[in-house]
Amino acid sequence: MSRRGKAPEVDSGSMADIAFLLLIFFLVTTTIETDAGLDRMLPPIEPPETDVIIKQKNIFQVNINKNGQLLADDDLIDIKDLREKAMAFLDNNGDGSCSFCKGKRNSDSSDNPTKAIISLKNDRETKYGTYITVQNELVGAYNDLRDREAQRLFGRAFTDMEAEYLNPETDADMKDELKEKVKRIQGLFPQKLSEAETSSN
Amino acid sequence: MSKFSKKKSGELPAVSTASLPDIVFMLLFFFMTVTVMKDSSLKVMNNLPSASEVKKLEKKDRVIYIFVGKPTPEYTKVFGTEPKIQLNDKFAKPSEVGDFILMERAKKSQDLQNVLTTALKVDRDANMGLISDIKQELRKVNALKVNYTTSTGDAFANLQ
Repeated sequence: MSRRGKAPEVDSGSMADIAFLLLIFFLVTTTIETDAGLDRMLPPIEPPETDVIIKQKNIFQVNINKNGQLLADDDLIDIKDLREKAMAFLDNNGDGSCSFCKGKRNSDSSDNPTKAIISLKNDRETKYGTYITVQNELVGAYNDLRDREAQRLFGRAFTDMEAEYLNPETDADMKDELKEKVKRIQGLFPQKLSEAETSSN
Repeated sequence: MSKFSKKKSGELPAVSTASLPDIVFMLLFFFMTVTVMKDSSLKVMNNLPSASEVKKLEKKDRVIYIFVGKPTPEYTKVFGTEPKIQLNDKFAKPSEVGDFILMERAKKSQDLQNVLTTALKVDRDANMGLISDIKQELRKVNALKVNYTTSTGDAFANLQ
């Protein structure tokens, strides 16, 4: 019988087409995205056991009303000026105990960065976008000051170091080294941002 | 002599396409492994605000998402135009956020339960009142680490 040879081979010419089809499907459905945003810690719900007395001058009060207007330390200001004002407040060094501050040493403003607290209050009608802008500016004020100190001490921006420290691909030795530096800078300008509950009117 | 003349005669040989499937398969496997299928479809508008001082949210398995925004056009008839909270696949009241977090937390493995972050994906036009309610709920269940998810860009663009 002439047919009894080898079985005919399956034609694999269309394999590429099938693979392309699958490839295009996965190409279209893939989303390679990493989310980014502003990290914040909420205050625990139990009040601290001991009442801490904070001097009024160590609090920088930021108030946002429902129209998105900003009241910072009783002055109506533009959001664009907020970062500068917050930085001046944090960097003020009223009691002279902070050796690296470059502030004006105004006696009506904060004593030193470790005591300075920024308090953020908003209305229930405030737009979320405005709130994020204000948050961004306040975090930016801290980051700018931390960058300045990191640049002075380690010759590198703080945000840069922190990003590398948080990156899971950084190897362990490098991480330990960075951790120390990051912690030190964070200690110089601790982020004390308190958020009061919103007012309803 | 014929040896030499043979070489020169004829056209250029066609490029072999035999390895094409292999290349395509390689690409295919790459995309298959990196693909993350969406597990919930958005029922709310989610035009995130932008910010410049952002931090990346690493490790997706440690994140719980909460979406807030106006219902999308197909749901406005039923749910109105006021911003709503979306948990997984359904709309929810602020009071349900706490239970949702506890449930999600229980699903994660033991060692991750203490390092979870709650990512708030909120539309830029939402009101802070709703966000405050959510924050209050999060505080009640001790989920204190939050991330206000934003897109990267100029923060002042939110004000328009």
